[in-house]
Amino acid sequence: MSLRALPALLLRDLRLAVRHGGESLMPLFFLFAVLILVPLGVGPGPNLLATIAPGMIWVAALLASLLALENLFRPDFEDGTLEQWWLGHLPVTGLVMTRLLSHWLITGLPVILFAPLAAQMLYLPDQALGVLMLSLLIGTPILSLIGGLAAALTLGTNRGSVLLSILVFPLVVPVLIFATGAVAAAADGFSPRAHLGLLAALLVLALTLVPLAVTAALRLNIE
Amino acid sequence: MSLLLEARDVTFRRQGDRVFKPLDVELAAGNAVVVLGPNGCGKTTLLRLLAGILQPAEGAISRHAATAFLGHASALKAELTCRENLEFLRAFHGTPGISASRALSRTGLTGLGLRPARALSAGQKRRLGLASLLVSPRPIWLLDEPYASLDDAGGELVDELLAEHLAEGGAVALSTHQRKPKLASPAGELWVQRAPLEEPA
Amino acid sequence: MIWKTIKVGFHRLGSAPSFYRFSTVVSPWLWAGFALCSVIGVYYALYVVPPDYQQSDSFRILYVHVPSAWQAMAGYVVMSILAAIALIWRIRLTEIMAMMCAPIGAAFTAICLATGSIWGRPMWGTWWEWDARLTSMLVLLFIYLGIMGLYAAFDDKRKGARVACILVLVGLVNIPIIHFSVEWWTTLHQGKTIRIFGESSMHYSMMPPLIWMTIGVKLMFGAALLDRARNELLTQDRRKGWVRKILSNKGD
Repeated sequence: MSLRALPALLLRDLRLAVRHGGESLMPLFFLFAVLILVPLGVGPGPNLLATIAPGMIWVAALLASLLALENLFRPDFEDGTLEQWWLGHLPVTGLVMTRLLSHWLITGLPVILFAPLAAQMLYLPDQALGVLMLSLLIGTPILSLIGGLAAALTLGTNRGSVLLSILVFPLVVPVLIFATGAVAAAADGFSPRAHLGLLAALLVLALTLVPLAVTAALRLNIE
Repeated sequence: MSLLLEARDVTFRRQGDRVFKPLDVELAAGNAVVVLGPNGCGKTTLLRLLAGILQPAEGAISRHAATAFLGHASALKAELTCRENLEFLRAFHGTPGISASRALSRTGLTGLGLRPARALSAGQKRRLGLASLLVSPRPIWLLDEPYASLDDAGGELVDELLAEHLAEGGAVALSTHQRKPKLASPAGELWVQRAPLEEPA
Repeated sequence: MIWKTIKVGFHRLGSAPSFYRFSTVVSPWLWAGFALCSVIGVYYALYVVPPDYQQSDSFRILYVHVPSAWQAMAGYVVMSILAAIALIWRIRLTEIMAMMCAPIGAAFTAICLATGSIWGRPMWGTWWEWDARLTSMLVLLFIYLGIMGLYAAFDDKRKGARVACILVLVGLVNIPIIHFSVEWWTTLHQGKTIRIFGESSMHYSMMPPLIWMTIGVKLMFGAALLDRARNELLTQDRRKGWVRKILSNKGD
């Protein structure tokens, strides 16, 4: 087992993402498209926007993370690089974690970095901004994990993308509830600790179980 | 001669049915085996089984050395340059061999290091796949149709690389339709036969 | 060697012909039991149980609603047990049976949602209420649909079944979390949800039809599961001799 494979894979994935350039930035564009279109749809009233801001930012983050999922394992599956993971001398679960980390760096991290801007555009109360960032920091890795699982499960099918969204949606319900609940509580001046604690518990659970399930699903799908 | 890989009574199942009749395979250091059989009889499946990519539905496989597998798709990233591809694989598989530029010149791709892999011809991609075997030396080579889309010079290159690999104590199993490897000591032959449908008891 | 052969044979075929014979004999009895229980249950529910002093007759839909909801959840448990066996021991029959649980479970979930919605109209004044139990059921329906969709999307049915079995187990871990989170969410966002039953407001005279209907629904689940699994086996093995033999006997 050589752990040198992990940084090598991470660097290559990031290099590919940079090389794809615009395509990798799509999740971020998408986030802002949602953030601009919804006020156009519901009206620019600050009160209404402030109320729906946590939910909107979170739903946009979720959709942004969905966008990149179709390409999480499929290109590697098609060009034969994925099956190379199973030659016996590589730590497959570690490779899976690495791949999910690069997905988070590409889709989750930009959303977190641009969240303050989005929060300003939607009149989110200032005292909730820190909690919004924290909820995204804890929650977006869960989105990457759950999304990665759905991508791995649907890898062997030829109509992956529709199925992907159907599989992801029920599994992310708790994440959405706890994360937006934390932000809403902070905006109303209550303590968000209970929500954030539950969100962190979800992250620990997902970090423990999902990589194993992804590995098993990939293994079945490369058959 | 030490055994690098042995497989006993292995077969694989698709949709619950055996793909081919159970086979024994032994690869010793310095040994080459040619996997033969008609289209669709399961040659690729057998090689993928031996590589560990598939798990046998029946039988057991033991590998006593690191394995390299070169499939129909050469496991290259189209967006990366030839050199980047090789350098990645050199780090990824853990046992660095010759440098990327030496591997490129050895496989007749000198000067193409900065070209993205998608801009290569089919034959050149195949050569790059062969180069990837050299940057990370692994004793067991499992090659699926290594001669496909190669010209005569390319075929000779494969034979040379095989001879060198065997001389260094490696072992090779390869499937082929076009030509058979021309080696100092003739390669063993392994016929893969399609399995008949089984009936439940 | 002989043991290995036996084990391999057992795993591979799960003895399809003997399951075929077993289910052909057993499932009609289950259907008959279901018919009997539901006739008794419906009779009690409509003619014996007195009208409720608050809800008059509309509460009677609970005799369909509640057993369906229970079966929707029990079906998931059955499916998870079968899926775990399928993944651990790779027994084909349990793979098929786990997959065949999904559409039945989904149907009961849909019945539960539809009857809940119909019941909600006179009770709450709306067709849909973001009640914790209804919302959880809706999510459960989507999990069922995801499992069905995933299984259907594979050409290799055995591979599809095993991949979908992983999803079944993921869902098993998730469903309690989803239910908890939704309950948390509704208690925060609504004042007091309209509660149909208090802690022990169900009079004992209302119980017998509920028991009959619940038993009936369980028998129906079993019968439908056996029938579906048998059909799936026949479809998958249609090229094999044992199926051809059955078909040619039928043709005579």
